[in-house]
Amino acid sequence: MTVRAQGEHRVAAGEVDGSTTTAGPRGRPELFQVRFHGRGGQGVVTAAELLSVAAFLQGRFAQAFPSFGSERAGAPVVAFCRISGTEIRTHAPVDAPDAVVVQDATLLHQVDLFNGLGPEGYLLVNTTHSLDDMGLGGLADRLHRERIVTVPATDLALEYLGRPVPNVVLLGGLAALCGVVSLDSVVAAVHERFAGAVADGNAAAATEAYRLVTAEAKTANKEAVAHA
Amino acid sequence: MSKAETDGAITTTQPVKFYQVGSFAVGNRLVDPSLRTVQADAARTNAITSGHRACQGCGEALGARYVLDAAMRATGGKLVAVNATGCLEVFTTPYPETSWQLPWLHSLFGNAASVATGVAAALEVQGRNDVRVIAQAGDGGTVDIGFGCLSGMFERNDDVLFVCYDNEAYMNTGVQRSGATPPAARTATTEAVGREPGNPFDQGKNLPRLAMAHGIRYVATATVADLHDLEAKVERAMDFRGARYLHLLVPCPLGWSSAPADTIRIARLAKESGLFPVFEAVDGEVTAASGIRRLVPVEEYLRLQGRFRHLFDSSGAVARTDIVARLQKLADANVERFGLLQPEVT
Amino acid sequence: MLSQLEGSRAVAGAVVCCRPQVVCAYPITPQTHIVEAIGASVKSRQLKHCRFINVESEFAAMSVAIGASATGARAYTATASQGLLFMIEAVYNAAGLGLPVVMTLANRAIGAPINIWNDHSDAMAVRDSGWVMLFAEDNQTATDLHVQAFRLAEELSLPVMVCMDGYVLTHATERVDVPTQEQVDAFLPPYKPRQVLDPADPVSIGAMVGPEAFTEVRYLAHAKQLQALERIGEVAGEFAEGFGRHSGGLVSTYHVEDAEVVIVALGSVLGTIKDATDELRANGARVGVVGITSFRPFPLDALREAIGDARKVVVVERAFSAGFGGVLSTDVGLAISDAKARLSTVVAGLGGRAVTEAGLIGVFEDALGDRLEALRFLDLDKDVVDRELARMAGTRRSGPSAENVLRDLGTVASGAL
Repeated sequence: MTVRAQGEHRVAAGEVDGSTTTAGPRGRPELFQVRFHGRGGQGVVTAAELLSVAAFLQGRFAQAFPSFGSERAGAPVVAFCRISGTEIRTHAPVDAPDAVVVQDATLLHQVDLFNGLGPEGYLLVNTTHSLDDMGLGGLADRLHRERIVTVPATDLALEYLGRPVPNVVLLGGLAALCGVVSLDSVVAAVHERFAGAVADGNAAAATEAYRLVTAEAKTANKEAVAHA
Repeated sequence: MSKAETDGAITTTQPVKFYQVGSFAVGNRLVDPSLRTVQADAARTNAITSGHRACQGCGEALGARYVLDAAMRATGGKLVAVNATGCLEVFTTPYPETSWQLPWLHSLFGNAASVATGVAAALEVQGRNDVRVIAQAGDGGTVDIGFGCLSGMFERNDDVLFVCYDNEAYMNTGVQRSGATPPAARTATTEAVGREPGNPFDQGKNLPRLAMAHGIRYVATATVADLHDLEAKVERAMDFRGARYLHLLVPCPLGWSSAPADTIRIARLAKESGLFPVFEAVDGEVTAASGIRRLVPVEEYLRLQGRFRHLFDSSGAVARTDIVARLQKLADANVERFGLLQPEVT
Repeated sequence: MLSQLEGSRAVAGAVVCCRPQVVCAYPITPQTHIVEAIGASVKSRQLKHCRFINVESEFAAMSVAIGASATGARAYTATASQGLLFMIEAVYNAAGLGLPVVMTLANRAIGAPINIWNDHSDAMAVRDSGWVMLFAEDNQTATDLHVQAFRLAEELSLPVMVCMDGYVLTHATERVDVPTQEQVDAFLPPYKPRQVLDPADPVSIGAMVGPEAFTEVRYLAHAKQLQALERIGEVAGEFAEGFGRHSGGLVSTYHVEDAEVVIVALGSVLGTIKDATDELRANGARVGVVGITSFRPFPLDALREAIGDARKVVVVERAFSAGFGGVLSTDVGLAISDAKARLSTVVAGLGGRAVTEAGLIGVFEDALGDRLEALRFLDLDKDVVDRELARMAGTRRSGPSAENVLRDLGTVASGAL
């Protein structure tokens, strides 16, 4: 997949226009690292790539790569995305992600999905269940409660796309959760990569996920304030 | 004298006189030039010119000279040759000299077919479809180490004529057994000792039939005993585009321990015994086989070669009748399969 | 044009712009995406006047390239690891014949044990073959080096290999300024062969050369590499003029001017090394980095100059010579043989083992504190090794070591996180 910048960058490097990143003081080109978990065939690598394209379209430097292995459907797959306002030199794996996206909840008790995720980290899980139902209630102690979000991404994908592929949907959720990229950029990246109904469906599902997460974050925030 | 009547007039045709030359060959001084071998033409290209270092009586030198000049005639001199490591390459290019009077590339041992594929691709891409490519190798470089690359070239149907000069062993390195070595033949790695002296039975590859199994356009076998036939097959091969294969039996006095003067005779006996069937195949099916005029028992062929010496006693009689019988069976099977005693099919 | 794309595709795009006439390759992880992308360009006629040949082995791939190049066509192939070894006879052949084939080597470990991840053992296996070997630090460099490679190869009549870390670079999506056709056409003229198979002017190529002349013929190969040493920097300069950015050259330096410890490395690990360097410098340590771009010809003088008066040189390398030590460090050692610096070899990242900034900082601090021994295997699990050695000493039929180690580590599937 190749994405070409149309003439100049849409946004000058260093500015984060249209996004609401809470990763650091607004306007600072901080390094933000995301780790995606899923299974082979679920588009985990594509998710990381598209995120990097979205960041690129916003004029930022971005790098995406999988944790490599032979082609094998169904096996656990990990992919990474680094986003920065300045040139990214390292190609080492991401040890300490700022955000973790879990595309397939069946991995939850099989693989150490939260390795390296610090107390300021974000967690986005594709599931229709609640965190407590999944045995993840304890995470709220480690992370900020409002930074842990679930999205029924597979259901949304089925509804908007007709196929149970949740990867792009989750990018919409991620944009809402941590603002590292804007929803507009995600949608633009989708339209660069896909065409026709697939692009439209993905964009719509991502937008819906964005709306859901924004709403959920507001609710969680209210609860956090209420319990403070 | 024959007579023909045409409008009442009587015409006669001059009979052609044949000159016996001590074998079944026929002198061609009075044959129409267009029917003569290329070598009879003073203007032949001499693609392999004199001065090379081949052994006296080398079947390969004889065969290659005929193959290359016939191919040069067929292509109007627009030919590129790729040569595997082996006797031919070694004796034609003793640094700093070369016998080759056409563009020639020594590849490696096992990749003549692949390198030739590259040459053909480059010519095509440069719009030079008039220039043709010939790849050549010994039996080792074709049947053993060259087989993978050859099969790939066949499978892709690359526009290359591959010629195998089969002297049935690795000669240049000191006569070691190859996948083309016949059963019972002595080589340095299949010595004539033990209960089964020489190369074992039930081994070996038949490259012409493997080539046919790939379904390539044209496959043919030939020997240096019938040089007209050889030239005709080379020229016919050049009429086709795509992968083509020619398997040429070339006796080696050194490796076969035979008299240098017997090279052509031995090649003829190989054919006439049925041990080496001479045929053509188009698109994977046999279309013509060269019939045997006088079927000879295999021992006539074997007796002339020191590599089969262990099958005979000191008086020259067959001592290992069991082995000779098995070889005879192989010959008989070829006669049967190719219908070599039937009238010639063309 | 600035793009966000996978390294393989960026390289493929550059190669396509170089107008190769024969592309022949055999699939091997992790080079596949490069060749597939070029193949698609040929099939869709985006790249015209090119034969794309699906060969049956890597040996065939290099052989086809040799035949094509000898016939005057611009030829390209790509491989890695086991594939490189399978074609090694032809690799030497191409260099010996002086044919300007360009090849991408997507660096991958050589087995046994079989391993599909990145290290430099494959490149090290052919370092004496006579090929020019250029190492890319990132995907921009990888892309640019291919364009320079064709120009260099054809000028010198020498094959050129561009090494890029398999998976780490080939499969990483990042920002690359992909050259345009116009830029490449202005930089790379059509191929004019020094020797060519042509019925109009027949020559014999590849004759046997005996003892009386072999030394001289081989010395010419050496002379060409020395010419390359001159031209590589010049070609990089000409590239900078045409494309507006610096890429390539013999070596790259980072903060070496006042460095007391200089780190030397090849390939993508340089990025992580530079991050570690920044971290250390922020704390007052005087650390510098030399990245070697031209591994062959080896830039002895340029390296010597870059290292200057540093008292310690640490070579971080992704290969090693069993029972002996480093491979790259041997070359580096030669460059600094008359200098006061002491050399340490750090073998890291074998078979795709991650080389982290933290791990490097630890090693460099040891170097600064004179605690770094002559040869260190970074992140080596000595206990695991010792347990297997004990097993081997204890019983004759101890079984395959690789399986024993995997079982010991409790690894059920390679790559499991």
